[in-house]
Amino acid sequence: MIPQELKYMESHEWAKQEDDIVTIGISDYAQSEIQDIVYVELPEVGTELTQKTEFGVIESVKAAFDLYAPVSGEVIEVNESLLDAPEQVNESPYDDGWFLKIRITDPSELDALLDADSYQAHIEAEHA
Amino acid sequence: MKRTPLYQVHKTCNAKFTEFGGWEMPLQYTSIVKEHLAVRATVGLFDLSHMGEFEVRGPGANAFVQKLSTNDVGRLTDGRVLYTLFCNEAGGIIDDLLIYRYTDNRYMLVVNAANIEKDLAWIRSHNDTDAKIKDVSEDTALIALQGPKAIDILNPFVPELDVSEISFFRFVVGEVAGIRTVISRTGYTGEIGFELYVDANNAENLWEALYPAVIETEGQPVGLGARDTLRLEAGLRLYGVDMNDDTNPYQVGLGKFVKSKNRQFIGKNALLRERKKGITKQMIGFQMLDRAVARTGYAVYQDGEQIGEVTSGAPSPTLKCNIGFAIVTSQTISENNRIDVEIRSRMHPAKIVTVPFI
Repeated sequence: MIPQELKYMESHEWAKQEDDIVTIGISDYAQSEIQDIVYVELPEVGTELTQKTEFGVIESVKAAFDLYAPVSGEVIEVNESLLDAPEQVNESPYDDGWFLKIRITDPSELDALLDADSYQAHIEAEHA
Repeated sequence: MKRTPLYQVHKTCNAKFTEFGGWEMPLQYTSIVKEHLAVRATVGLFDLSHMGEFEVRGPGANAFVQKLSTNDVGRLTDGRVLYTLFCNEAGGIIDDLLIYRYTDNRYMLVVNAANIEKDLAWIRSHNDTDAKIKDVSEDTALIALQGPKAIDILNPFVPELDVSEISFFRFVVGEVAGIRTVISRTGYTGEIGFELYVDANNAENLWEALYPAVIETEGQPVGLGARDTLRLEAGLRLYGVDMNDDTNPYQVGLGKFVKSKNRQFIGKNALLRERKKGITKQMIGFQMLDRAVARTGYAVYQDGEQIGEVTSGAPSPTLKCNIGFAIVTSQTISENNRIDVEIRSRMHPAKIVTVPFI
């Protein structure tokens, strides 16, 4: 269930690195906890993100949740389709439901993130 | 946290729980949207056993509840239910509640879960009659069946009568699935439905009896998440969110439940003064014009000036847009129905719409 090739934050964002481009989304566990996602607020292309700081918001029927940047860098692409179809985050959190692509400045930041096994352990601890 | 007699049943149904007014209640079983739409399309089954129930019995019961109630209890006949408010001397709302009249000497009050202690203290401290007040909240379970199929589902369990003959805001004491039940044609969803009061020991039996029929009708158990969106669409206020001890009935559009003519009740003088002074704040319903969700406490603006605050806000699963209530200064809203809601430091357009939303 938890893709092995991705890196994770304790706040449930995932990061997928391809050279100096990192794609960001939230995990399947996060979407299933949040449920019924009705709104996604994302930064514009060109925005500079800082690791572990807020970059956007997702809202369920019940509440709003902040999104945190897994890595620092410049936003080079935004998944605009989420504006009209935020439910893609529920339906396809690792593919169609991605949020942003970032050009990273410091690849070593990825080393600070959790690997799939550590993230799995984190979820189990949170759920216990 | 307190738990209802149906806690284990909810666990078995894989409910996700939430804290509400000191109670550990089901937030949702599957999804808030699915549960919401099930109530609109077919039926939903709710555990509302956290609600408080008080019995007021004996000579003087009638005069006593009259004295506490802004709405006229004298209009009730046996077997009828009244929506009303208790106000303090300053006209602030202590609680909104239902009053059930069994007889002239016997009433049941159904109050909000978070207010049980407060209400009980208020009621007891104002009893100057021989009426006896008994808090039966712990002994009473409340299961609601709400939705267009509610009558069809309930009828086979009630052999002695046709439940469609129970009119809105009336109740009968009968048997549902062999269990002694107060069958009340009331609800908090805007749909046809019933609220079923039973002895706490029978809660599980009643739930288990109704559950298969609900599922067979493509209905669902429904948690507090969907209860909130259902009541919002139906234009129903929630105590503690849309109103509190410092708001008066006129500010939240509940003035029609204040009946001052030829009767006395606590808060009457203050409320008459308020009305004479003119209503400076009022509740409006609004619909967002973009996809942003307005939530409790967000500031409401018109033409660049803040005019009030959102009290309730959520996506409407039925209307597929975001709606809410706000309390705003009265004079500002007459000419123009365009407002803005400030969400995370940005203005989002909205328009004032009529309530109920559906």
